[in-house]
Amino acid sequence: MILLQRYIAFIFLLLGIPVTAGTLIVSPDGPVYSVKAALEQAAAGDTILVRAGVYKEYNLLIDKPVTLMGEGLPVIDGEDQGEIIRVVADNVHIEGLLIRNVGTSYTSDHAAIRMVRCENFLIKNMVFEKLFFGIFLEKSNKGIISGNKITGDATDEYSSGNGIHLWYSHEVKVLDNSVEGVRDGIYLEFSDHILIKDNTSKGNLRYGLHFMFSNNDTYINNVFKDNGAGVAVMFSKHIKMFDNHFLKNWGTASFGLLLKEINDSEIKGNVFEQNTVGINIEGSNRVHYDSNDFISNGWAVKVLGACYTNIFTRNNFLSNSFDVSYNNSMNDNTFHGNYWSEYTGYDLNKDGVGDVPYRPVKLFSYVVNRTPETLVLLRSLFVDMIDFSEKVSPVFTPDALVDATPLIKRRK
Amino acid sequence: MFKILKYSFYDLMRSRWSYVYLLFYLALGFVLLFLNNDLSKGVITLMNVIVILVPLIGTIFGVMYYYNSREFTTLLLALPLKRFTIFIGQYLGVGLSLSFSLLIGLGIPFASYGLFQSDAVGQFSLLLITGVFLTLIFTAISFSIALYNDNKIKGFSYAILLWLIMAVIYDGVFLMTLVVFEEYPLDNFSILATLLNPIDLSRILILLKLDISALLGYTGAIFQGFFGTGAGMVVSLSCLALWVILPCMNMYRKARVKDF
Amino acid sequence: MIAVEQLYKRFGKNEVLKGIDLKVDQPGVYAILGPNGSGKTTLIKAILGMVIPNKGEITVNGNNVSKSPVYRQDIGYLPQIANFPANLTVKEIIRMIQDLRNSTPDTGQLIEWFGLQPFLDKKLNTLSGGTRQKVNLVLTLMFDSPLIILDEPTSGLDPVALLKLKRLIRHEREAGKTILITSHIMSFVEEMADEIIFLLEGRIHFRGSVHALKEKTHTHDFEKAIAKTLTLNDSYV
Repeated sequence: MILLQRYIAFIFLLLGIPVTAGTLIVSPDGPVYSVKAALEQAAAGDTILVRAGVYKEYNLLIDKPVTLMGEGLPVIDGEDQGEIIRVVADNVHIEGLLIRNVGTSYTSDHAAIRMVRCENFLIKNMVFEKLFFGIFLEKSNKGIISGNKITGDATDEYSSGNGIHLWYSHEVKVLDNSVEGVRDGIYLEFSDHILIKDNTSKGNLRYGLHFMFSNNDTYINNVFKDNGAGVAVMFSKHIKMFDNHFLKNWGTASFGLLLKEINDSEIKGNVFEQNTVGINIEGSNRVHYDSNDFISNGWAVKVLGACYTNIFTRNNFLSNSFDVSYNNSMNDNTFHGNYWSEYTGYDLNKDGVGDVPYRPVKLFSYVVNRTPETLVLLRSLFVDMIDFSEKVSPVFTPDALVDATPLIKRRK
Repeated sequence: MFKILKYSFYDLMRSRWSYVYLLFYLALGFVLLFLNNDLSKGVITLMNVIVILVPLIGTIFGVMYYYNSREFTTLLLALPLKRFTIFIGQYLGVGLSLSFSLLIGLGIPFASYGLFQSDAVGQFSLLLITGVFLTLIFTAISFSIALYNDNKIKGFSYAILLWLIMAVIYDGVFLMTLVVFEEYPLDNFSILATLLNPIDLSRILILLKLDISALLGYTGAIFQGFFGTGAGMVVSLSCLALWVILPCMNMYRKARVKDF
Repeated sequence: MIAVEQLYKRFGKNEVLKGIDLKVDQPGVYAILGPNGSGKTTLIKAILGMVIPNKGEITVNGNNVSKSPVYRQDIGYLPQIANFPANLTVKEIIRMIQDLRNSTPDTGQLIEWFGLQPFLDKKLNTLSGGTRQKVNLVLTLMFDSPLIILDEPTSGLDPVALLKLKRLIRHEREAGKTILITSHIMSFVEEMADEIIFLLEGRIHFRGSVHALKEKTHTHDFEKAIAKTLTLNDSYV
């Protein structure tokens, strides 16, 4: 078979048709009619060029370092039969294909592309539709996932998968992808030194980004919008979260960002806008919150359980129903130099810092923490009055919980 | 009735206070929108004002108008007119002229900032509807109170006290009840307590329209499930309407047996 | 015209009217007199339907007062203190009252009579008390009602206007109307009243002409006669 193929290529060569050495062409008109056949024929280092067309194939196995390249966005339709591409070799490059109809299963996690123990891979400019899992990395390192567009049609959590799924994979770059309509947009578990940058993850059933037990990761300039619950970062340390947008994660159990057991991390330059809870913090220590914008959230920062030595500085708190909420009166966190839109103090010496400390925790937020039903009295005159009297002479709110140097003007 | 209404309305529409009231709302609307170009945020701030101030102004205007026009009322009573006609006419005159000021005073600034092109139009309409209801409710209540009290000072004090109860004390008791009985399921109680106070009811209706229900967690979901549905809206508006009708019926009862 | 039967009225513990029986069936000017608190105003207000009696029945032209307000179509009433919606003009208030009574008599003569032309477009709250009283009189008299009730009609009027008022009342009497008047000005009563109804402590103490009263008390001075009746408690007529 392979011999025949070589033979044909040789004839093509004789006929003067330009075929680069090591390139196999798949097209509905031949010479190779299926990707599967091409993969079987290809030698290590070959390029398989897939021309536009619809290829009804699944369970494709890439077991040698090849480049699988689409031209004019060819479609690989799995017809819901199961996994579509599995890669088990290093140095594989997949680009420019549209993969659709990945089979849904309750027993195995079928993916459009599954990488198993690979290194130095590149998955680029792919389109995924009607999928279960999109790109599934299993113990695969040092690769790049870039410019892909994943559009699922998930309706419930138990019968849907994740867009980009990393499991025990390290030093991977996830760049410029757009994920929507799946369970979790991007999912990381036991994956370290990952860079997630310039992605958009929106309208996903559960989390825009979900990650657990993964350390030393960085995510920069991503947009997380309209996800069921927001972004969840759990049981990890040394995480850098810079310049991300968390928008409109609005629902009874939603939040922009959930931090659970996160230590020694930096959250800087992010925007949290119109989330039920901007950041929900549980048991996180030594986290530095710097220069974030919290705009029109229900709660900007909700602190639950013991959180120690966190620093909030240079943040803007604008029109949130509650700026900061605590469920205990212990405080070991510092607030300084933030801008609070509800601050009513003055600045006599004109140094840009208010002369009166600001207390970001309202009495009503304590009452609400104790009896959540009382929230029905939000924005009633009585509540405003008790908040005001507490502000004038604090009795219930902890003394230490103040921003002693509140900014007069919003940080630009 | 319509004649009395017409004349009371004309009279009030020419009074300085109507203009003060109108100007207040115009200024409020424009200042709010000037400081903050966002219509929906303007609606939130306005809600606080409407829910507290409109009932207060309705109360004060109602009592004031009743006592100021007492002698004129005597004159009207000597005319071949039914008593209830006179009072309901005067009441509607006050209520409608206040509503009018509210509608125009807030309508103009918001319309000029492009309300009709924005998606805040639904919220804003609800705001105005509840505002009109609150005006009618508190004017009716204060008229009713004034009808019971010939002593001006007493009538005034009772009316203000009632406003204070509805706007502040009720919520205080409500809050305490929720905290004290926190182990019990309180959702139905909360809904009932909200329905019973027109100020709370208006506040919740607007808050739910502003989609703050998500903040309210489980209770919010229940509230949304009740007030957010068409049936809930009908129940709520009926409750507000009932708050207009009951004082009016009371006015009817009292007007029939009162000596002037 | 007016028939009052066994009229009782109590305000709280204070019994104001204690069984009034009164029939007025002839045209003429009737002065209702009595010391302060004797129930004059209460009686008038009961006739007008403003005060609801505890007991007794009042009919005006055969219509029971408590049944329907229609009988007031026949009454012109001048209240003691008249206060109008402050922001209406004189013209507007006249038109308004006419509109409320569904009748538009010509008021030109009356307005001229009291010299109110210059005030027609003025707001009522800018007028003096006397002028306001004149407006009030116009409002009362313009309908040509067969029964006219005047509560202290002289208050605030200057002498010229008072003269005009007297002439007007005489004119109305000649036109066959029944006029009830309360007043503290005894000379006015003496001059105008055909008959005096004297109330004392909630009962009719005396009823008859001025002449009869003088005769009964053996005085020529009307004011003294009135004072005397107050001391002669046993003399019912």
